[in-house]
Amino acid sequence: MERTDRKLGLLSALPLTAVLLLAFVAPMVVVAIFSVMPQKVFSLTHTPDFSAYAVFFDQGYYRSLLWSLGMALASTAILLVICWPLAYGMAKVFGRFTLVLTIAVVMSLFVSENIRLFGWVLTLMKGGLIEGHLRAWTGISFDSPLYGVPVIVFGLVYVYLPFMLFPLAQGIAMVPDDTRQAAADLGATRWQILTKIDIPLAAPGIVVGSLLSFVLAAGALAESKILGGQAVIAIADDIETAFTFGQNWPLGSALSMILIVIIGALALFGVSRVDLDAIMGRKR
Amino acid sequence: MTDTAFLRLRGVVKKFHSFTALHGIDLDIREGEFFTIVGPSGSGKSTMIRLLVGMDDVTEGQIHLRDERIDQMPANLRPTCMVFQSLALFPHMSVGQNIEFPLKLRKEPPAQRRERVNELLDLLHLPRSYYDKRISQCSGGERQRIALARALAFDPEILFFDEPLSALDYRLRKTLEKELKDLHHRTGKTFVYITHSLEEAMVMSDRIAIMKDGRIEQIATADEIYRRPVSRFVAEFMGEVNLFNVRCGHDGAVSGPGLSTRGDLTAEGLPAGSEALLMVRPEYVQFAAPSEQYDYILQGRVREEYILGSRIQYEIEGPQDKRITVEKLRQNRLDDAVGKQVRLGFNAEKTHLIGNG
Repeated sequence: MERTDRKLGLLSALPLTAVLLLAFVAPMVVVAIFSVMPQKVFSLTHTPDFSAYAVFFDQGYYRSLLWSLGMALASTAILLVICWPLAYGMAKVFGRFTLVLTIAVVMSLFVSENIRLFGWVLTLMKGGLIEGHLRAWTGISFDSPLYGVPVIVFGLVYVYLPFMLFPLAQGIAMVPDDTRQAAADLGATRWQILTKIDIPLAAPGIVVGSLLSFVLAAGALAESKILGGQAVIAIADDIETAFTFGQNWPLGSALSMILIVIIGALALFGVSRVDLDAIMGRKR
Repeated sequence: MTDTAFLRLRGVVKKFHSFTALHGIDLDIREGEFFTIVGPSGSGKSTMIRLLVGMDDVTEGQIHLRDERIDQMPANLRPTCMVFQSLALFPHMSVGQNIEFPLKLRKEPPAQRRERVNELLDLLHLPRSYYDKRISQCSGGERQRIALARALAFDPEILFFDEPLSALDYRLRKTLEKELKDLHHRTGKTFVYITHSLEEAMVMSDRIAIMKDGRIEQIATADEIYRRPVSRFVAEFMGEVNLFNVRCGHDGAVSGPGLSTRGDLTAEGLPAGSEALLMVRPEYVQFAAPSEQYDYILQGRVREEYILGSRIQYEIEGPQDKRITVEKLRQNRLDDAVGKQVRLGFNAEKTHLIGNG
């Protein structure tokens, strides 16, 4: 009986395995091979020479990577801090109001990211929604915060908020109330309860939320393009340029590989440190 | 144990919106005693313990520990500690880390902490090698002991217990009840225990408070409550009991339907003409031979015989369909009991009168 189950299981997994291999693994392999081809070739039949990787260092592409990772890190940290109280409320305090909040946050995802970012441009630009009104009513004027690094980080925080909020709320919901009460009973202050009980026990949610928002933010390009006005170049922007205007597939592939390896390593490290089953609702 | 009040509750009221969970509780708990609060679910005993440890605020009234008022003090500053029903162990910490948690909060040096944890592991009969064990690898009984060790590490003035044994199987519960009583003797701490199980309360406690509907019905030793309950509720809560509606006659005699009584009985303390409940525990009701004399006599037929192990319980149909419970030790078992007509007798000294009202 168990053997038939196993066979049936393998059999039903076959179509999806095939799709994954063809649509996911195969392109990755192609990108990996392209990344070691000589510059500006369009086939995989050349002798590998790793020159694209040299370009990454020589022509300063590493700066884009560092900006992307740095801004992703900053936005993830900010998201953690601002989402914690909200997620705590959703998991433990708000009760039925949590649903309203969930729907509100999810609704924002119904509108395309680019359109929402352009909305912010109209809001923040000189003569836009905020500054324009302020100037018309009071005569006070100020420079637009657009086109700088802080506004890009703001955009990342804004766009990826749901990806931090929901896993975090899930993680906090897993902290049993009585462990928190027991800690207080044993003399722990609120801060000690947070650091010694809440954070360690909500760790799966924290890790999943942080990984999702970091990985997405590190690969993001719309924020730096639209809000940042290319004040800094994101690595994803460089990759797109290399494949399109640059007509340099090996360079684009090499940049992709570097990003994939860094993010993949981070993700694997993060996932290996927490009990993912716990947050996915399976048996602990 | 001293006789002076150590933990004092005066007029403690707890309301949840329009619902009043506790109606003006007055209670004195003495230093070093094992005090148990018993009551059915919804009696307010859990609410009471939550107020005592500081997890809820009192609506009215005061709680004093020694000479200090503690009802407004947050839980983490109170010198008391509780063993939770769920135990509330920290799953992300090892056994040792759980136990030393309160010590770590007080920033005690590691060597000292380790020593104290070892002492506590010894005290609770847990191997010292458990220090590094994960909580999830421990059995139910072991977790119980770890929770107890953690609470003792805090070195509380009073240790509260919120039905910590209720989830365990019978045998383990019996073992731990005795261990707990033993631990109480060895540590000399004040234990305040809440449970819905009277058996648990009787085995362990020095004194018991019985709660019903947010009020305390009676506070006394187990023996006193068993022999002289103040109300029908307490009498019935305290195990099997036979209750007869009786009237105290103008001549002071006690009479009830179907009960033949001797002429010289008097209802001490109860006003003449009042109605009362005559209580007799099943073990004091005798199967009487026709010639035997008892203060109270009634006739009946054995309906059912239940074997309780060392004791046998008989359900007897008495006059006017009154059900009477009789218990005998196995060695005094009645042969071929079911269906037999019996003459039951008991003496006034084994009875207790509960006034109505």
